[in-house]
Amino acid sequence: MKEYQTINEISGPLVYAEVDEPIGYDEIVEIETEDGRTLRGQVLESSDGLVAIQVFEGTSGIDRDASVRFLGETLKMPVTEDLLGRVMDGTGQPIDGGPEIVPESREDIIGAAINPYSREYPEEFIQTGVSAIDGMNTLVRGQKLPIFSASGLPHNDLALQIARQASVPEEEEEGDEGSEFAVIFGAMGITQEEANEFMDDFERTGALERSVVFANLADDPAVERTVTPRLALTTAEYLAFEKDYHVLVILTDMTNYCEALREIGAAREEVPGRRGYPGYMYTDLATLYERAGRIQGREGSVTQIPILTMPGDDDTHPIPDLTGYITEGQIYVDRDLNSQGVQPPVNVLPSLSRLMDDGIGEGLTREDHGDVANQMYAAYAEGENLRDLVNIVGREALSDRDNKYLDFADDFETDFIDQGFDTNRELEDTLDLGWDLLSQLPKEELNRIDEEFIETYYVDDEGEEVEATAD
Amino acid sequence: MSQATQQDAETGVIESVSGPVVTARDLDARMNDVVYVGDEGLMGEVIEIEGDITTIQVYEETSGVGPGEPVENTGEPLSVDLGPGMLDAIYDGTQRPLDVLEEKMNSAFLDRGVDAPGIDLEKEWEFQPEVEEGDEVSAGDVVGIVEETVTIDHKVMVPPDSEGGEVVSVESGDYTVEDTVVELDNGEEITMHQEWPVRTPRPAVEKKTPTKPLISGQRVLDGLFPIAKGGTAAIPGPFGSGKTVTQHQLAKWADADIVVYVGCGERGNEMTEVIEDFPELDDPKTGNPLMARTCLIANTSNMPVAARESCIYTGITIAEFFRDMGYDVALMADSTSRWAEAMREISSRLEEMPGEEGYPAYLSARLSQFYERAGFFENTNGTTGSVSVIGAVSPPGGDFSEPVTQNTLRIVKTFWALDADLAERRHFPSINWNESYSLYRDQLDPWFEENVTEDWSEIRQWAIDVLDEESELQEIVQLVGKDALPEDQQLTLEIARYLREAYLQQNAFHPTDTFCPPEKTHLILTTIKTYNDEAFEALDAGVPVEDLVSLDSTPRINRIGVQEDYEEFIEELKEDITEELRGMY
Ligand SMILES: Nc1ncnc2c1ncn2[C@@H]1O[C@H](COP(=O)(O)OP(=O)(O)OP(=O)(O)O)[C@@H](O)[C@H]1O
Ligand SMILES: [Mg+2]
Repeated sequence: MKEYQTINEISGPLVYAEVDEPIGYDEIVEIETEDGRTLRGQVLESSDGLVAIQVFEGTSGIDRDASVRFLGETLKMPVTEDLLGRVMDGTGQPIDGGPEIVPESREDIIGAAINPYSREYPEEFIQTGVSAIDGMNTLVRGQKLPIFSASGLPHNDLALQIARQASVPEEEEEGDEGSEFAVIFGAMGITQEEANEFMDDFERTGALERSVVFANLADDPAVERTVTPRLALTTAEYLAFEKDYHVLVILTDMTNYCEALREIGAAREEVPGRRGYPGYMYTDLATLYERAGRIQGREGSVTQIPILTMPGDDDTHPIPDLTGYITEGQIYVDRDLNSQGVQPPVNVLPSLSRLMDDGIGEGLTREDHGDVANQMYAAYAEGENLRDLVNIVGREALSDRDNKYLDFADDFETDFIDQGFDTNRELEDTLDLGWDLLSQLPKEELNRIDEEFIETYYVDDEGEEVEATAD
Repeated sequence: MSQATQQDAETGVIESVSGPVVTARDLDARMNDVVYVGDEGLMGEVIEIEGDITTIQVYEETSGVGPGEPVENTGEPLSVDLGPGMLDAIYDGTQRPLDVLEEKMNSAFLDRGVDAPGIDLEKEWEFQPEVEEGDEVSAGDVVGIVEETVTIDHKVMVPPDSEGGEVVSVESGDYTVEDTVVELDNGEEITMHQEWPVRTPRPAVEKKTPTKPLISGQRVLDGLFPIAKGGTAAIPGPFGSGKTVTQHQLAKWADADIVVYVGCGERGNEMTEVIEDFPELDDPKTGNPLMARTCLIANTSNMPVAARESCIYTGITIAEFFRDMGYDVALMADSTSRWAEAMREISSRLEEMPGEEGYPAYLSARLSQFYERAGFFENTNGTTGSVSVIGAVSPPGGDFSEPVTQNTLRIVKTFWALDADLAERRHFPSINWNESYSLYRDQLDPWFEENVTEDWSEIRQWAIDVLDEESELQEIVQLVGKDALPEDQQLTLEIARYLREAYLQQNAFHPTDTFCPPEKTHLILTTIKTYNDEAFEALDAGVPVEDLVSLDSTPRINRIGVQEDYEEFIEELKEDITEELRGMY
């Protein structure tokens, strides 16, 4: 393998080197600095005689005399079932002091697109035990459902609660373990403290054994963050589609990932898109998020819960905006609810699970599920809408009907949403709780619910209370 | 994708690779020629020629491809294969059948460097001739028929570039698409297979003014903002507002003969949903499985960007081909914004001078060229056919002032504005009735008046007036509360509420409500109008408004949508409302 000492430009995370042989696009590069460190990078552009290299660890320490080696292949992730229980850095090097990883195969981290014809439509309900999700924004296996949060909000607690509690009730009942469950955790630029929060929880609950952790922390090189999620997803695909695992991938924080993309784009002097982010960010994010799913004839599945913090709490910012355009819904963590002490502070109104409709209902969850969710949405929206008016005219000026909706909205937040991070609610309880709340409204108001279900589930006696089961 | 012949291939050498854009030296090529790039022969298209350097957009991933590798020119422009076998098919953006690719690649993941013709070249179809020896035929004429699916008779036509002539021999029976079925006196052999360059509209005699609606079975569309057969419509909206569901609803229920659904840069699972659902659903027109009239094109967001750019053209060319046969075709493109972004991405790799928000200066031209291919046409063979185009638009941040939305609105005649607020309140379809419009409304009214009911436009106007009044009143209510309004206005608000809940809203996931025939759409309005008229009479007679808005019968208005036997239900309901109100004074 040829070594070059031909670096002629270093700019931000990029190195330009002259070559006298053809170098492939996306090929992996090793750069050895004079002090003996080996840095890794990837070919971003290859033209006759000159290549642009993006260096994962950053370019500090590289000078014109550093030597450059082209490895003749694109970046690969060594995969094996033994990765379960292991902790790695953001480039996939073990950092847990464990034994060397003996790969079963090495997979290209770019990942080929799943043929849409080969996909299987996701419709298997995952019970997360969180009412705001199970009842109103149901998650299914193979879905990509991000958490839209902002700095200072407890999105990690919510993600952990989901990872801890996620189960598929039917399989449990039948005692049919089917496929095993695995969690892949890809951290990009999060603080050591946040990482500890995850690791401690994984260790406490014993989840680590069935987890693979890739950790690029805040003080790790930024450019490396463009690789971390791809390593995580390549591992996920291997476990899901070769080894039949149901894999839950948590990626946090996608905002840091996008910042790294922007940095590289700026260094290449590309024409920037909105707010300085690269014009191809939609496509780039899609190549990550679309790696969730199910495939016909395979047992396993890849479910993704990416977490992102919205800069300035603004969901029209390109990062949440482009994410929302690709993923199959989103869960909003809300600052107001959080300051009211609601746990988890999920605002269901802008939240959405697009795969919900096919994953719920008779035979899947419960016959009334869809109608109940619809009605609660409409009722909560109506109550929420009236709150502004109350501030102006006071409750007395409102009709009896309006007051009922206001009460509904309040109770919905305190009884239904605010369940705490440690409560694991059965779906049945979530729905019954929903009926309790809806039964505060007159029957005629429940126009989104099939009359038959009203007959069956409406709680006629207003005094009667059904207790939410917490365990 | 049609497999261009590889003879006369000129070969060049790769000079540089940057994502989907490759430059080559020493390649003798014309603009838009299809080329095979690199050792693996990845398909690409020439998009710029400057001196000795030819720029190519590559329809497959380019990782690992490097300078020095060969580029081969086919000398043919990017074309599609046209012939029987396009219905019930699913293609990628360059018309490679995805089921065939799965088989050839033996993997659920898309590999590269594998090509496949757009239609099965070996399958035999039963050709039934429509001409006899001695007949004169010219370009576009139908020479025979093939039953392509249970629903659609495929018309075998003389290719548009044919000189025409006298038929000297005709076959009848089972043939492949490459066998000659008709021979002309000038020696021209006609097969069931045509190729057509995707960026060139297929010829027609003239474009005419459309006068028939494309019935969608969606109340707010048919009732308030109808699109014509041969018309154009745009559905812009932020993420999660209902673009795809609306497009799917149209693909399912529109009374078109043929549906071409282009998933352009969107989700894989959405295409899978169509593949799984459509075979189970009945075509509302014929009762046959929906797939029998459907052609799917799926170039999802993670598939190559250049093929995303071309998928729109692949779709519209297939649509035009069925139009030539005299069919009414509806094409849905979800989402045209992804197509525009693909143009932007390629353009920026070419280092072209960017226009607004980085989009190339020709964005507006490309959009209008695309929508111009829609229309109600007189075909060269004397039949009439139409292509209706419905494009979803995904504006960044949901802001309609951005270039793709704005340029689209300058062209299309129907605007269905999706609204995040309505979606949040689960008011579906979340089409904003104040912002949306249809410029076809007046020219379609005669059809509705003749085929559905005489007072179609009159009662629609009444509904629009009530909704307008509601918007004005809502502003006051936000300040002082509902009870401060005069009684007649409180009643209007209640009427408007029913218009919103029972008429404008429609649940796409309810087995009955998902499709609402125009007759039912109309009857729902008349029911609400009955309530309106009777209640105002009662108000005049001194009945307090509290009583008028809390009737026992009116909540049933919200149940009409889900009734299958709606006629009886509505009749009874109208009687009950009338009786209840008249009993109050
Ligand atoms: N007519 C409808 N009836 C019932 N639900 C609907 C309807 N339209 C939309 N929805 C709900 O809204 C969700 C989002 O709709 P859809 O996927 O069509 O959004 P979109 O505008 O295409 O978003 P994106 O731009 O991200 O693709 C659906 O999953 C469904 O839950
Ligand atoms: Mg969509």
